[in-house]
Amino acid sequence: MSEAATSAARRKPNRGYGRWTPLWFLAPAVLTLLLIGIYPTIFALVTSFRRYNITRPREGFPFVGFENYVNVLTDSTFWSSLFLTAKFYVAVLPIQVVLGLAIALLLHKPGMGLLKSLARVTLVVPLATTYAVVGLVGRLIFNRDFGVANQFLSFAGFGPIDWLSTQDGAFAAIVIMDVWQWTPFCALIFLAGLSMVPGEIEEAARLETSSKLALLRHVQLPYLLPGLTAVMILRSADVLKLFDMVFVMTRGGPGSATDLISIYIQRVGFRIFDLGTASAQAILLLILTIIISRLYIRLLYREVH
Amino acid sequence: MRISSGKLLHALGLTAVVIFTLFPFFWMVSASFKTQADILSSPPVWFFTPTLQNYAEIFADTKVSGAIINSLIVATCSTLLAVILGAPAAFALARYEFRGKSDLWFWFISNRMISPIVLALPVYLLAIQTGLLDTHLVLILIYLTFQLPIVVWIVTDQFKSIPADLEQAARLDGADQFTIFRKIYLPLGAPGIAVSAIFSFIFSWNELLYALVLTRRAVQTAPVVATSFMSGYELPWGKIMATGTVIVLPVTIFALIVSRHMVRGLTMGATK
Repeated sequence: MSEAATSAARRKPNRGYGRWTPLWFLAPAVLTLLLIGIYPTIFALVTSFRRYNITRPREGFPFVGFENYVNVLTDSTFWSSLFLTAKFYVAVLPIQVVLGLAIALLLHKPGMGLLKSLARVTLVVPLATTYAVVGLVGRLIFNRDFGVANQFLSFAGFGPIDWLSTQDGAFAAIVIMDVWQWTPFCALIFLAGLSMVPGEIEEAARLETSSKLALLRHVQLPYLLPGLTAVMILRSADVLKLFDMVFVMTRGGPGSATDLISIYIQRVGFRIFDLGTASAQAILLLILTIIISRLYIRLLYREVH
Repeated sequence: MRISSGKLLHALGLTAVVIFTLFPFFWMVSASFKTQADILSSPPVWFFTPTLQNYAEIFADTKVSGAIINSLIVATCSTLLAVILGAPAAFALARYEFRGKSDLWFWFISNRMISPIVLALPVYLLAIQTGLLDTHLVLILIYLTFQLPIVVWIVTDQFKSIPADLEQAARLDGADQFTIFRKIYLPLGAPGIAVSAIFSFIFSWNELLYALVLTRRAVQTAPVVATSFMSGYELPWGKIMATGTVIVLPVTIFALIVSRHMVRGLTMGATK
């Protein structure tokens, strides 16, 4: 009977089942992304081979080959800005991972239902807060004279710090704000990992050992590793992207203390208006990002391959 | 006795988490109710007579209200477009096997990682050439670059969970793929579509770099205006914090609605 129905359906005109059907559904999205994503990227690539300073239009925008790339790769400010970005990553990541894991373990532990739900929900607040507003609040909190950060320090018996006008202070301040905003992200990822541990295995292990550390290392760790990989890779991409919060808080200063890569490129492009050089920098940043996302996909999306 | 001390530590730890995550938010909101004198007092005051003066000022300021309207227009239009373009693409990715599918995935996921500065430079030049600088349209279009991937990803996931039997039954009734998409996938996938729309909205509402570079006076968005208060000698802190609160409050509420999906949204579903 079902065979008859199938052949009846087959006799009808086969509308919308052709080889090209997926194309109709995909085309609008893909064409849009081509237009607004790929075309500008190609434009940036072309610009990166030109001398392109829009404050000097009389000189025109001649092609100069790899001149911009040579300039960028021999520019010590570019390298120190990349190095600073790496330093920022190395500073924030361990804190976020350790704090995030601690929070996840607190939330995973049985009991304290109501308080736990409250804590679980509040974790979302930092993640949704407008990055620029985080920067504004940071400027208020870390103000030398009336900032609450110095008040906390005085409670602990330390003298005031001139956070935003000293090199180390400003770097520490953006690290603290980033830790505030992104620790919940790590906590939620680890919490998801912890809840993947099959209940009976965890119960059995709890009976075997009273050591929480042993439980963490031998039972829970394997379930946490994919999350840790995701955190490490995504945070590296996010640090390369980081602009809003730092720009609002310090504009990259004082000096070049918080001049992360996106801020530096923005300044070359939109303050100095040397768009050729800035484009070359952006293309190099793009290549770095593509390597990172290849890695992410290789390690975390097994189903795609 | 030992159990109760463990419980106490657990409770203290959780309370510390709540304080840690809410403190900057609390500090911003409380500053928005302070007079300038209270904000500038050193050391900072925790207890004060609240005032609504800052809110009265920003709502009277057409610059702030205009910016919020601009943000609303841009975030709403770009989110709608992202869903209209993204949902059909998600249908194709969830239901068909075709060559180049994994490359397409790779492309969508990479978009999550790319720094906005990479596109901001060329789009700025293109916007000057086409006269699109300082229009809503240029922001709406550029925001699609990060909204489309998120919509496609989340909605594909949702569509995959719709049982294939339903589709089989509809096929037997002679429905074509477009009808199946409209009558089965759109209604059943609605929760996923809603979540992805909320994410799109949050990301575009929060965006600063593109808005800073691609707008001048006419279509400045809320984050740009909030940031623009940050110049001059005596900063209007109360106004700044009131503006910040008005910007953050709606997206925080949205985020609480989709809090269960937060991790999936931010990792593009790499961890479940």
